[in-house]
Amino acid sequence: MNIAFAEIQETIRMVQMESLDIRTVTMGINLRNCADSDFEKMNQKVFDKITSYASKLRETAEKAEKEFGIPIINKRISITPVAEILGDATVAQAVELAKTLDRAAKELGIDFIGGYSALVHKGVSKSEQTLLDALPEALAVTERVCSSISVATTRTGINMDAVRQLGEIIKNAAERTKDQNGIACAKLVVFCNPVEDNPFMAGAFHGAGEGEAVINVGVSGPGVVLNALKRHPDADLGKVADIIKKTAFKITRAGELIGRVVAERLDVPFGIMDLSLAPTNAMNDSVAEILEEIGLERVGTHGTIAALALMNDAVKKGGAMASSYVGGLSGAFIPVSEDNGMIRGIVDDALTLPKLEAMTCVCSVGLDMIALTGDVSAATLSAMIADEAAIGMINKKTTAVRVIPVPGKKQGEMVEFGGLLGRAPVMGVNPYSSEKLIQRGGRIPAPLQALIN
Amino acid sequence: MKQKRAVVSVIGKDQVGIIAKVTAVLADNHINVLDISQTILQDFFTMMMLVDVSEQEHLDVLHRQFDQVSQELGLKINIQLEEIFQAMHRV
Repeated sequence: MNIAFAEIQETIRMVQMESLDIRTVTMGINLRNCADSDFEKMNQKVFDKITSYASKLRETAEKAEKEFGIPIINKRISITPVAEILGDATVAQAVELAKTLDRAAKELGIDFIGGYSALVHKGVSKSEQTLLDALPEALAVTERVCSSISVATTRTGINMDAVRQLGEIIKNAAERTKDQNGIACAKLVVFCNPVEDNPFMAGAFHGAGEGEAVINVGVSGPGVVLNALKRHPDADLGKVADIIKKTAFKITRAGELIGRVVAERLDVPFGIMDLSLAPTNAMNDSVAEILEEIGLERVGTHGTIAALALMNDAVKKGGAMASSYVGGLSGAFIPVSEDNGMIRGIVDDALTLPKLEAMTCVCSVGLDMIALTGDVSAATLSAMIADEAAIGMINKKTTAVRVIPVPGKKQGEMVEFGGLLGRAPVMGVNPYSSEKLIQRGGRIPAPLQALIN
Repeated sequence: MKQKRAVVSVIGKDQVGIIAKVTAVLADNHINVLDISQTILQDFFTMMMLVDVSEQEHLDVLHRQFDQVSQELGLKINIQLEEIFQAMHRV
């Protein structure tokens, strides 16, 4: 036998003690051929296509999970950005389509379906405007439908008119779900430089460059990285990077194997592996705790950015070695509500909103799952989105904003979102207005970085 | 047909009949053992077996039967396809 017992033990320990898991197997489905001038026909076609393509997704994933002994936590679906098939549909019909997607997700037994989306980073078309107008209601009346809106890219600049609308949409969606702490906003991501093959929610959609159907896999394992580092308390930072890299390599290989098996059994091409350290509220499954293990008393203190940059880069390097097709966001996620370490950082006054913003410069996404005071203005939300978009645009990376202005809540209160979404301390925002900037509208031109031809 | 192989690993406090009970499950399911190794370290029993599961459509049945033995003897028994270890530990 050419596998040593210690190696078998290591794999089993990673799964059973250190929360190694495949976070998501996401099936991307192209819905373009469902477009129809008759809305009822389109609505039915969308439902039929999703439920037939993904009919075996859950069962196949569960079988692979048992055979390989590695849990697959979520089975999900991403679809063609819905705005691209809406055509002349009305706002009410767009909401109806969201309900259809919700119904399809429930029938298939999957927790989220992503792609109630629009790419408006340069301009807003008629059907995209319909989707934006429908968005607050669509998010409020559905449970499992996720939306992402692209408002900026490095190549196009920032569409500030769309950014202004998004601030209002977020406020509106929060207000419509005020009985559930504004939960609708947890299903909406505002992107700069979105990726077309991201398997993680809420930002997953099946991009224009993708094929008919595809399986993308997201692997996670902050707990595994944390425990690996705990075994080397005195290593220097070069060694720390190396440990993270090696751990990321192993995790990615496990994910790629299972992803390929699932794809083959479903007779769908394997797309990409997204190796992202995505925390959960489970004990020790925290990205913040890795940063603290590297040497911070609390996440958010001086040195946080340096530690995060080291970790994010090492994760990418390990992942890139392990898989031929690394894609998605691949890096570290820093959602606040889903990470016990982040929550503690905020409660202990170590971690602030400006620091979180700065962290998004060196991690794989952006401001994620942050609860804000209910009285924050739409213009301030828009300005927050604009700041993140600017960071992404200039640094040629994906950034995102997923914030929840919790109606009626004040700074310091704790709100529960339930399940995977966790809980978060409400954060205050800068009290000074950004109204004028947002009212100006127009586009922020593409930066010099875009002129690379 | 390509052989499908799985690794059965057993960890727990050493006692009489571990190997007998585990291999009985395998024999009942007509599974051939290809390789076996075991060590005892300070009363701690560890065993791993490489088995041929080419004929097994699902590992569910085995999972259930091993779970029963696990509870009976207070052991941890896992069965996983061999490829996962190859993928994670071999370049």
